[in-house]
Amino acid sequence: MSVPMEAPISFTNVGRVKWWQRGIFASQTGYVLLALLMLLVVMHFASPYFFTEGNMQNVAKNFSFIAIATLGVTFVIITGGIDLSVGSMMCFSAMITSMVMSGLSTPGMPGAEMFVHLAADGKTVVANVPGLILIVSVLAGLVTALIVGLVNGFCIAVLGLSPFVTTLGMLSIVRGLGYVVSNGRGSFPGGPDADYFYALTSGDLFGVPAPFIYLVILAAVMAVVLHHTSFGRHVFALGGNEKAAELTGIPVVRVKIEVYVICALAAGLQGIIISGWLGSAPANMATSYELNVIAAAVIGGANLAGGVGGPLGAIVGCVLLEVIRNGLVLAQVNSYWQQTLVGVIIILAVLVDRIRSRVT
Amino acid sequence: MTDATARQPVLELTGIGKEFGAIRALHGVDMQVFPGEVVGLMGDNGAGKSTLVKIIAGNFRPSHGEIRFDGSAVHFTRPIDARAVGIEVVYQDLALADNLTAAANVFLGRELKRRFGPLALLDHKAMASRALELFGELRSETRPDDLVKQMSGGQRQAVAIARTRLSNAKLVMMDEPTAAISVRQVEQVLGLIHRLKEQGVAVMLISHRMPDVFAVCDRVIVMRRGEKRADKVIAETSPEEVTALITGAKEAA
Repeated sequence: MSVPMEAPISFTNVGRVKWWQRGIFASQTGYVLLALLMLLVVMHFASPYFFTEGNMQNVAKNFSFIAIATLGVTFVIITGGIDLSVGSMMCFSAMITSMVMSGLSTPGMPGAEMFVHLAADGKTVVANVPGLILIVSVLAGLVTALIVGLVNGFCIAVLGLSPFVTTLGMLSIVRGLGYVVSNGRGSFPGGPDADYFYALTSGDLFGVPAPFIYLVILAAVMAVVLHHTSFGRHVFALGGNEKAAELTGIPVVRVKIEVYVICALAAGLQGIIISGWLGSAPANMATSYELNVIAAAVIGGANLAGGVGGPLGAIVGCVLLEVIRNGLVLAQVNSYWQQTLVGVIIILAVLVDRIRSRVT
Repeated sequence: MTDATARQPVLELTGIGKEFGAIRALHGVDMQVFPGEVVGLMGDNGAGKSTLVKIIAGNFRPSHGEIRFDGSAVHFTRPIDARAVGIEVVYQDLALADNLTAAANVFLGRELKRRFGPLALLDHKAMASRALELFGELRSETRPDDLVKQMSGGQRQAVAIARTRLSNAKLVMMDEPTAAISVRQVEQVLGLIHRLKEQGVAVMLISHRMPDVFAVCDRVIVMRRGEKRADKVIAETSPEEVTALITGAKEAA
């Protein structure tokens, strides 16, 4: 029973997988990206307005409004979970942020004496560093999201409830809380820092919309986290084979809680940005956005069964949805068709991927 | 095995029993495994093999008895506790994440990292080259950066076994490692078991394949109906006797 171990290993029986059958080229993200590029070309010939600077800015801004939340939900989807509470989370975070901002800016409100006081002529004067109110109120919105994410993660990872049911409940809870704290009325970002707030959320830098810049930065961070850290590796392992992940000693509970927290934070940030663009945080803001966000993630190649997905796919999905919407408007098609078409595209994208994996 | 018995056993079980409700899965199992020894664990389905393995691996806590590892009593509450003292298991279903590469699976849960200031990023190169080394030792034609999804049964086995070679395990338990692979690869896996043995690692081979057990094991333990029925040096028994013990044609030896 001796097996020679000295000879160097050869790969005579195992061919290398061809480059076009690996990585992005073999992924749904790749196909959808290709479809998107073709669509852009078609749009260019179909409408002279499509590739104008104004329209491009519009498209970039509009898809950035759901893309950050899509990045977050992609984390959850890669682990094989789902988060339906993102739409409500957007609204609630935005609401808390704008309420805290106006509260702290109104002399006489609790906590406001630390930030503003009334001058002799009856005007409100900032008592502190300019921008501090903004930072505190945005943090308040994000901390709210963090807490909701922790509750989601706790119920799913520790109590073992199904992600679908837990986050469906959370969708309702968070939306309800939004109505409770606002009494059904919208809230408006106000006070001395409101100008900074609008500049940071709906402004632009050298013609590039601010939300788009945040999106690019966050997507780059996400790519590094997913592919170059052990946390990212564990996220993929969890979606690929949860039992294996547990057996190899991955802290499954912690990773799960973390992805739901990331998702809630992304949704919260997204909501705060949207409220800056809207100029208010109405109580019915971002209703049913969770469906757009999940649809974008799935179109971009995130697999609801877990184990597959990434920032590029999330963005490609969002861009495709927005280009179609934009294209239908430019083509003067009845806007009610949009939703129907989105549904068709979701099914087509998944179908193409299924056919491909059968062929190879 | 006179020289082995003179040494301290790496694993020593005394009076191990396990009940699941009213069902008695294991009863009064005593056994010892010495460093560098390959022990075959045989028995029909339901004989208590897997329960025993799961107790040693930390998946279950025994209802009775004591486990001593490397001379001291141990109590495992989770599989990680067992791994921490040096017990590795190659599971029958291999416990691999299909969507990850071979190298990623080998290093899952103990990734190699490089520090960039406050960041610790994965060291893909180091992991791939170490994984290739391990696959080379196994004589498995497995590329570290191929996805496990696209691999043959033998390659998957190699990935799972390579994982146990990463840590300095003192006891490796293999659950049916040769059940789903080709003849040539069986030879390779048995070759690996020999290599583990040479390095003083104790191996417990849970297998249905009589020829493999007789080819590679020093000793064979036969389980039947939750009890240890035989514990014999390979040279002093025969496949016929072991078969009789497994089926119950012979009560004990």
